[in-house]
Amino acid sequence: MVIAIASGKGGTGKTTIATNLARILEDRSVTLLDCDVEEPNCHLFLKPIIEKERTFKTFIPVVDLEVCTFCGKCSELCQFGSIVTIKKNVLVFPELCHGCEGCKLICPVGAISDGNKEIGTINHGYSGKIKIIYGRLRIGEAMSPPLIQEVKRLGLSESRQDITIIDAPPGTSCPVIEAVKGSDFILLVTEPTPFGLHDLKLAVEMVKVLNIPFGVAINRSTTGDRNVWQYCKQNAVPILLDIPDDREIATAYSRGELIVQSLPHYREHFETLYEKVKITMKSFEEVSS
Amino acid sequence: MKEIVVISGKGGTGKTTLTASLAALYKNKIIADCDVDAADLHLLLDPDIQKTTEFKSGVEAVIDKDICTACGKCREVCKYDAISPDYVVNKIDCEGCAVCYFFCPDNAITLRERHCGEWYLSETRFGPFIHARLGIAEENSGKLVSLIRRQAKLLAEERGFDTILVDGSPGIGCPVISSITASTLVVVVTEPTVSGIHDMERVFGLARHFKIPAVVVINKVDLNEEMARTIESSAEEHETPVIGRISYDPIVTRAMVEGKTVVEYSNNSVTKEIREIGKEILQRIK
Repeated sequence: MVIAIASGKGGTGKTTIATNLARILEDRSVTLLDCDVEEPNCHLFLKPIIEKERTFKTFIPVVDLEVCTFCGKCSELCQFGSIVTIKKNVLVFPELCHGCEGCKLICPVGAISDGNKEIGTINHGYSGKIKIIYGRLRIGEAMSPPLIQEVKRLGLSESRQDITIIDAPPGTSCPVIEAVKGSDFILLVTEPTPFGLHDLKLAVEMVKVLNIPFGVAINRSTTGDRNVWQYCKQNAVPILLDIPDDREIATAYSRGELIVQSLPHYREHFETLYEKVKITMKSFEEVSS
Repeated sequence: MKEIVVISGKGGTGKTTLTASLAALYKNKIIADCDVDAADLHLLLDPDIQKTTEFKSGVEAVIDKDICTACGKCREVCKYDAISPDYVVNKIDCEGCAVCYFFCPDNAITLRERHCGEWYLSETRFGPFIHARLGIAEENSGKLVSLIRRQAKLLAEERGFDTILVDGSPGIGCPVISSITASTLVVVVTEPTVSGIHDMERVFGLARHFKIPAVVVINKVDLNEEMARTIESSAEEHETPVIGRISYDPIVTRAMVEGKTVVEYSNNSVTKEIREIGKEILQRIK
């Protein structure tokens, strides 16, 4: 079972839910994949013992100018302007390269070979029995999807464990899609404010495009207004978790503590969440079959 | 032209809340929302849209079933597994690299311009506003951000303004890089939490990488005083001045619910803190 925790708006509590849920499910062998590689935060709360850290590299072309005939086919193919042929030279712009390898394939004289650029690192570790894998995008690197894909590849293939939780980046564009696609369930985290609702609607549209069962978690539910509930009701979107606006939660979070450990009276919220996810999934299956 | 870009690294620290108040305080400027992925500033500015323009960027591959011989070449060369076994291009996975188009032996593939969203030129009670909406699951957010900044600059020149106020997006990736490159000042909004600090330091790294001066605003400063002090010492280590502190106040959420900026909605200590930050930023870009 792969559960992705996502949200349109940032700072609604994705990491809080991902980490606390992982801790509650610890005895059922759980893997947490932090796919918010631009700003990974799960490790700040789970404080894992890191077993290995390795760099992750993606393809960029290396042109052998001795072999190159400067025919310009590579530049003609490249849609991203990352390989430019000028008279007797070929310039490569690694920051624009999407790694499609089209230039290498099309070169008629085999002048292009595999180079690489480091786009980030991947860490593996354990926090208690929770296995955690997180990516960390190199600063200045624009494209995170390949790194997210690699975190998922490692996390989903290495373990045959029961539950995988994915902490996704905020938004609804390509890095988010990369993080959540292929999941069995998506939990969309929001807060009951105009910003929260607006971005929830975008996130719901995204999940519908992907056709994955989903539900909503409302964080800081005692602030703002009631429009999120109204929206969920009107659109038959199930609400699976409701966390009140509690100064104690905010303070525990600020220190890097887990709610289920610092404030045990909230354990029940997370204990029932997993069961609710399973029930919601089932009802989705019934509706679609 | 002076460009002030409000970013944060971590989401939900108060970028848009601060930007909206600055929009209310500053005169003779263009407002731009570069958080194209989850744009919220318009919810407070209530824009009157004057012009909507489609945003097209890049291409997507389309396979003509009548010509396709199912030879498998396109599936072999596609690095993104975007072509299904029955030869349909999955739009979500297609990167627009055109490799399949170049390698199809039967010319069954065409490239179609990709409609990635739209952008708007609006008028608001605080002045002209350039904003956008990236399509769901779309790419090219960085290009849309660059487009918005370019349009904001053109409009500023046209109106004889010399300041652009930009609301950025969370993270440190593509849209953030496009938002800050060659800008005048980056305002980093953070909060006194372990993630706030962690993400702020990553953004410092980004600003340094692109050689743009940065300043820090600590939001909800009283949430954890000790953590706020840690932010201050981290900022000092990174030679980035802390130019303001905003207290936690429920009035901020209430203002948002009312669709107003904080400085319009109330006149209390938080308003004063934000006004001071506004002045300090102007001092820094002089």
